Amino acid sequence: MSSSSLPFSSVMKAVIVKELLTAFRHKQELMNPLVFFTIVIALFPLGVDPSPEFLGPASVGLVWVAALLSTMLSLDRLFQNDYDDGSLEQLVLSCQPLYLLLLIKAFVHWCLIALPLIFMAPLLALMLHLDASHLPILLLTLVMGTPVITLIGGIGAALTVSLRTGGVLVSLLVLPLTIPVLIFATGTVQASIDGLPVGGHLAIMGIMLTLAIILSPFASSAAIKMSVSN
Amino acid sequence: MKWTFFHKLGSPKWFYEISGKFYPWLLFSGLALMFAGSIWGLAFAPPDYQQGNSFRIIYLHVPAAILAQSCYLMMASAALVSLVWRMKIADIFISSVAPVGALFTFLALFTGAVWGKPTWGTWWVWDARLTAMLVLLFLYFGVISIKTAIEDANMAAKASAITVLVGVVNIPIIKYSVEWWNTLHQPATFKLTEKPAMVPEMWIPLLVMVIGVYCFFGALAIIRMQNEILLRERKTKWVRLIVEQSGTR
Repeated sequence: MSSSSLPFSSVMKAVIVKELLTAFRHKQELMNPLVFFTIVIALFPLGVDPSPEFLGPASVGLVWVAALLSTMLSLDRLFQNDYDDGSLEQLVLSCQPLYLLLLIKAFVHWCLIALPLIFMAPLLALMLHLDASHLPILLLTLVMGTPVITLIGGIGAALTVSLRTGGVLVSLLVLPLTIPVLIFATGTVQASIDGLPVGGHLAIMGIMLTLAIILSPFASSAAIKMSVSN
Repeated sequence: MKWTFFHKLGSPKWFYEISGKFYPWLLFSGLALMFAGSIWGLAFAPPDYQQGNSFRIIYLHVPAAILAQSCYLMMASAALVSLVWRMKIADIFISSVAPVGALFTFLALFTGAVWGKPTWGTWWVWDARLTAMLVLLFLYFGVISIKTAIEDANMAAKASAITVLVGVVNIPIIKYSVEWWNTLHQPATFKLTEKPAMVPEMWIPLLVMVIGVYCFFGALAIIRMQNEILLRERKTKWVRLIVEQSGTR
């Protein structure tokens, strides 16, 4: 690292400000995952069965699958703008740890995309007849699980950012890897519904979150370097 | 230590020449072992006391499943080599065997479905190991599709290596999570540390089949890699020479 390079804090601040600015200049893109989330949830009572007997037990899974898909669909935004205007290349060249910069980008993206989904989830879960006493644990699994999805998805987004056919390919690459998150998140809420202790489940979700934070930026920074090298 | 020797291993030309010598042996022993093992297993091994003759599909199912999994691990080792030492041959290996691995995964799932119908009374259950195999098939599809989506060969090599490595980190997590989630499947047939629970008349033909399928996989990998090498190096002098020679023959 050269001595003349900027301090990391100012680069970090610039990255965060740029992320927020681009996001709020494309407000529709912030709305889209929310609308998608709601529509997917609405499809199940219409397509399968509107009775509380079906929706109640299925509600946790439905909310989680819909949240997973909405997070997935917004992933191409993570690096696409930065790649198109060249600022992604500048990040790679900036002599700053790419690992941390990508972690920050993923965090800001999560705040912009996944947090609104989490705020929206209780309403939709109630519409699916989930008992209100289980809402806190559902929200907790969403708070712990969606960052993992954003981080793993970031690897897919980084790999495909320079390709024309991004969208479906990212889902194809990333969705199989998110299966453990889905299993344990829904398992946690199910255990709570069955009156079982949830500590073990939450601990495993915590491990997955920690592992994702530690490992996934390595893969995404390798993928970003590969994508901008062309 | 001199690394030139190590790098020579990675040269496509060297590999093309040396692997051509192994190919007929691997193909012959693979076919012979598979032939012997399947005759032995299908006709001479005793029927299972519970499942009768339907258990005999194990002689196709288990080798396919073992190979499907170990093929991904081989790809992961190759991916590491490809990322660290930038060896062309490692990347050629990944692109050559990924479809083969997907095929074996599909074969394991298909024979499993055929076996499940008489044993469990259903073609498919959402059981842990079945689901894990299905996810493995998706991982293979991911590797194949990222490989074909990127045109630039260098980029495709790096991207697929990263994809394979990310997948291999996730495989144990996926395996254990689906196992805790739901399980109906019988435990693994072969474990390196324990004696198999089957009688020798049953597991020896199975072992013959597994070794045979490995040899066959080796032969398949070599011939596919040779094709890939000829395609990628088509502009070099030595490939032109080979093509000219085979043209005049």
